[in-house]
Amino acid sequence: MANPLFSARGNLGRTAAAHAILIVYTILALYPVFLILINSVKSRRAIFNDPLALPTAQTFDPIGFQTVLEQGNFLLYFQNSLIVTVASLFFVLLFGAMAAFALAEYRFRGNLLMGLYLALGIMIPIRLGTVAILEIMVAAGLVNTLTSLVLVYTAQGLPLAVFILQEFMRQVSDDLKNAARIDGLSEYRIFFTIALPLVRPAMATVAVFTMIPIWNDLWFPLILAPGEATKTLTLGSQIFLGQYVTDWNAVLAALSLAIIPVVVLYLIFSRQLIRGITKGAVK
Amino acid sequence: MGQLKLENACKSFGNVDVIRDVNLDVQDGEFCVFVGPSGCGKSTLLRMIAGLEDITSGDILIDGQVVNTTPPSQREIAMVFQSYALYPHLNVRDNMGLGLKQAGQPKAQVASAVDRAAGMLDLGKYLDRRPGELSGGQRQRVAIGRAIVRKPKLFLFDEPLSNLDAALRVQTRIEIANLHRELGATMVYVTHDQVEAMTLADRIVVLRDGRVEQVGAPMELYNNPANEFVAGFIGSPKMNFLNGPALGAVGKSVGIRPEHITLAGSGDGIEGRVSHVEHLGGETLVYVHADPHGLVTVRLFGEHAYAVNDRLVMRPDMARAFHFDENGHRLHPAPA
Ligand SMILES: Nc1ncnc2c1ncn2[C@@H]1O[C@H](COP(=O)(O)OP(=O)(O)OP(=O)(O)O)[C@@H](O)[C@H]1O
Ligand SMILES: [Mg+2]
Repeated sequence: MANPLFSARGNLGRTAAAHAILIVYTILALYPVFLILINSVKSRRAIFNDPLALPTAQTFDPIGFQTVLEQGNFLLYFQNSLIVTVASLFFVLLFGAMAAFALAEYRFRGNLLMGLYLALGIMIPIRLGTVAILEIMVAAGLVNTLTSLVLVYTAQGLPLAVFILQEFMRQVSDDLKNAARIDGLSEYRIFFTIALPLVRPAMATVAVFTMIPIWNDLWFPLILAPGEATKTLTLGSQIFLGQYVTDWNAVLAALSLAIIPVVVLYLIFSRQLIRGITKGAVK
Repeated sequence: MGQLKLENACKSFGNVDVIRDVNLDVQDGEFCVFVGPSGCGKSTLLRMIAGLEDITSGDILIDGQVVNTTPPSQREIAMVFQSYALYPHLNVRDNMGLGLKQAGQPKAQVASAVDRAAGMLDLGKYLDRRPGELSGGQRQRVAIGRAIVRKPKLFLFDEPLSNLDAALRVQTRIEIANLHRELGATMVYVTHDQVEAMTLADRIVVLRDGRVEQVGAPMELYNNPANEFVAGFIGSPKMNFLNGPALGAVGKSVGIRPEHITLAGSGDGIEGRVSHVEHLGGETLVYVHADPHGLVTVRLFGEHAYAVNDRLVMRPDMARAFHFDENGHRLHPAPA
């Protein structure tokens, strides 16, 4: 597939201008991340003396990473975060796509109302229900389990997922679904083998939107699962942030490490964003 | 082995009646074409036959069996869509074989059915390609192949040629006609293209607003239209409707086909002025403006040197004229 920027349609001047803008934006967007990364490998004194400087032989100090890896159960926290994020993401995408397919595909009484009801969650922050959620989790005996977090995050991510995916599900060709029905595919097969692959780019977008707030959340881990065994990375890193003293080396190192899985997940999804297998389905 | 019967078939979406009381008998092996203006319900009727749309009331029978609630895959039908509707993730072979595979047929049998259909449509070279790697015409042939592989009782086509360019359309049209001869299967075909309808059909069903206006062989509709709508819809260029009273006729309008009018320089006839001429080589279309009839199309065989603003007279062959009352109903006045 030809890159439109380099095709016969674009000229050199426009290409250069477009790239200049993109490069400036990239620098702006990545600069804070860059600062975190360089300061995470500097000594405490160097961080405060000259936070913008690159680490040199004198100022290089991996003390932050040592603290993080030695103190606390950093690897466990890491694993907890990953489990919670991936599991929530899986359920949000699965149930979101299913609901979106049903709302877009089937005519039934109350279809519109159901769609609105499901989208309501976009406007009402789930944190308003924290007390009730906590009560439910206590009653269900789910406090201090990762399950409680997965449940809450799934609920939190679903409204936007349903809302966005519904629009994309509508665009899946009716003829294609009907052809499959005539060929005897069940509605589940139609959903999984025909609709889902065609909305993959939209799924990837939803995944990215859903993943970041879950990975970064402090609120629900603090309330629902503060126990040592179920601490997430964000919560676990809080021990380095004290009221009076903050271990900046450790905080920056923890942050640097926390970026990795997000980047990995993003790379996975952005591949999907770009891949277009829909070409040739219809028309 | 492929009879279709509709009895008082109705369909409404909410309180909008889209199909009203359609009765139709399609014989085994017949090629039946639905025509009608856009939005008249052709596709909806076809989808009802396929089982993709529930029927609101009435009955649909295939080979004498009521199939109102039978799912599409068990009606022994196959459908070809305007948009081809090929599975993008499967290659041509799997696209064509999926239906049989779902029905639980053994692999060898599926493979031989696919090969046979591919042979008929000259698709052998493309069996391992994905739909994305085929041209529009090839994709439509794959879609037709997918239908053949199922060996259905009934083929349903929904404007299968309208996404193809003119040359390809003619070629594929002939291919479909050949296919019908070879397979001897019953086919129901939706189109809004005159020529497709006239050339392919054993019988044409003219629909308007979800109602059947007339059913008949192409020449029957051409020579004996039931009303003004059918008269205007069948035939190309369109029939002229002249002012009845001005011609001393009984009805409100007199329908006369462009090919049934001759032109003369002067003498008896309807006087008019040439407003446009189209030279097609084999025929010449002359558009003549005449009060109070409006623009009249005249179709002449061969080449003719008429120029815009020429004054001339038209002589309709009144023996071939049709008379209609103000409601568009056909009148049959006694010959004068
Ligand atoms: N799902 C639906 N809900 C409500 N109305 C519908 C629905 N599907 C079709 N219609 C209406 O039914 C009528 C018939 O539609 P249909 O698609 O059968 O027309 P058509 O004859 O195939 O037209 P075309 O030649 O443009 O394809 C149209 O007026 C359309 O607006
Ligand atoms: Mg249609």
